[in-house]
Amino acid sequence: MKISEILDKNGRTPDKLISSLLEYQNSTLCNYLTEDDLREFAEETGIPLSRISSVASFYSLLSTESRGKYIIQVCYDVPCYVNNSVNIVEELEKNLGIKMGQTTEDELFTLEFSSCLGCCDKAPVMQIGENLYGNLTRDKIISILDSYRRKNNEQ
Amino acid sequence: MNSNELTRKMLTKNFGVINPESIDDYIREGGYSELEKAIKLDGKDIINEIKISDLKGRGGAAFPTGLKMEAVNQADGFPKYIICNADEGEPGNFKDRYLMENDPHQIIEGIIICAFASKINYGYFFIRGEYIKAAKIVENALEQARARGYLGDNILDSGFSFDIEIYTGAGAYVCGEEFSLLATLEGRSGRATYKPPFPTICGLYNKPTQINNVETFCNIPHILKLGGKEFKKIGTVSSTGTKLVCLSGNIRRPGLYEVELGTTIKDIIDELGMGVPRNRKIRMVQLGGASGPVIPESMLQIRLDSDEMRKHDMSFGSGAIIVMDDRIDILDILKRNIQFFHHESCGKCTPCREGLLQILILLDRFIDESAKESDLQLLEILIETISLTSICGLGQAAPTSVKKVLEYFREEFTDRIHTTASAVK
Ligand SMILES: Cc1cc2nc3c(=O)[nH]c(=O)nc-3n(C[C@H](O)[C@H](O)[C@H](O)COP(=O)(O)O)c2cc1C
Ligand code: SF4
Repeated sequence: MKISEILDKNGRTPDKLISSLLEYQNSTLCNYLTEDDLREFAEETGIPLSRISSVASFYSLLSTESRGKYIIQVCYDVPCYVNNSVNIVEELEKNLGIKMGQTTEDELFTLEFSSCLGCCDKAPVMQIGENLYGNLTRDKIISILDSYRRKNNEQ
Repeated sequence: MNSNELTRKMLTKNFGVINPESIDDYIREGGYSELEKAIKLDGKDIINEIKISDLKGRGGAAFPTGLKMEAVNQADGFPKYIICNADEGEPGNFKDRYLMENDPHQIIEGIIICAFASKINYGYFFIRGEYIKAAKIVENALEQARARGYLGDNILDSGFSFDIEIYTGAGAYVCGEEFSLLATLEGRSGRATYKPPFPTICGLYNKPTQINNVETFCNIPHILKLGGKEFKKIGTVSSTGTKLVCLSGNIRRPGLYEVELGTTIKDIIDELGMGVPRNRKIRMVQLGGASGPVIPESMLQIRLDSDEMRKHDMSFGSGAIIVMDDRIDILDILKRNIQFFHHESCGKCTPCREGLLQILILLDRFIDESAKESDLQLLEILIETISLTSICGLGQAAPTSVKKVLEYFREEFTDRIHTTASAVK
């Protein structure tokens, strides 16, 4: 979707800015907002570019750096940690061949730490896009990642 | 007590019984009947009933809900707003997600009753961006409520009009703080500001605004149903009603449980959670979430009761109980807690932005056993300064766990002070 279309739908007032930025970002291929995007938002809404940039850098779900098609958010907080989330990170890094915060070369996956995902009863957990995965084990991680690879190949 | 006697289902009574996508199911279980009754009452009488119930906010600060409603009701200013705070982000908490995903209309009914009591015509349902499924369920429930005339113009022919808009956050824990939440709703970066004035007087767009937690709103229909006096009989003198507790960590049966306030932490862990796996010993339990106090096993008899907790300079916060067994390194856990707050700090004020970083540096010194005696004093001064001088609750509460470890597990620090003796070793 184009920026102007999203704004036509949501409105151009400041209170609609964050959700529109999010909606637009999630529709882009690389899950991020470029400087040109932010400039276009400013022109379209009349909200100063400085304020839009400040918003884009403040919220963790908004990114100004290119990311993969699938964003893997791994919980980093104590309930997950005491259920071995450290190994989860190792497994993911090993499987994907990247470190936390990086994107795979094929631009398929980005690995990010996330604050508590509110699923501590299923710790350790991670979220990929809209999908939550709990009670993670090594084998589960491998099969989840494979399912995304397959899904991508089929598209 | 066994687990059946311990659970007291009020807010969770519909869980698994109704389809959360179906308003008919909710109505079949008696839903929206309290709104139908309330809408024929005087707003002041509704507020009075809530005041009698002595319900306190479930978002962490335990502020009396009736007083908040009264303040909004009496405030000058038009329009007034009402906001449901579903930004749940405190590590260890998942109760609001369960409430939204299992019984969304219970929350909506509570919000509408409060809005009616203060003649508020517009509301926001603020859901954290990560809760995608919950947001969809709430959105669907709002549409159904609108279609049935519980929301929109002239609700149930009462002449009262009210609607709720859903708003999803974009990933920032601090946005659960009231002013930060308001800034986000207005389309700005969610940074906190000084209080007072409080949102009840000067909230969204500087208008009177009632902000309550999801679980708080869920209690409203039940109070009207039972009457404030009957509701007050549940729980203890200082903490009335039930509480949702989120049990996690090293525990056999993690999950969400609803108990009468006044229940001991020990009963919750042993009877509901079935204790720690593989018969390990409990080393430490954290209450409320990352910003909450930690206690040793010897204190587990403490009850979910504000007065009792206050004697120990604690509160049970929003209801998380994180159990940690004897394999953990306490300082490592503290480091994680502080890292969370350092990462989530909005950066507006120095004590929180810089102070938390300094705590991390000091913790590292103790962890690698290079700390000096004076580092302990420095740490204590730092904790005091951050708690007292930070602008918002994030910074004020962030060092709580460190402070409590210094109180209950002090040897964790003193044993790791670098001495010449240990240097020789
Ligand atoms: C950093 C911070 C985060 C908070 N996050 C939440 C939250 O996610 N949900 C919530 O209901 N209250 C949260 N609160 C508390 C709210 O500021 C506010 O006290 C609460 O929503 C009031 O509702 P209640 O009276 O029903 O508890 C947070 C407070 C702080 C300081
Ligand atoms: S205490 Fe922390 S989060 Fe709160 S205003 Fe200050 S810097 Fe921001």
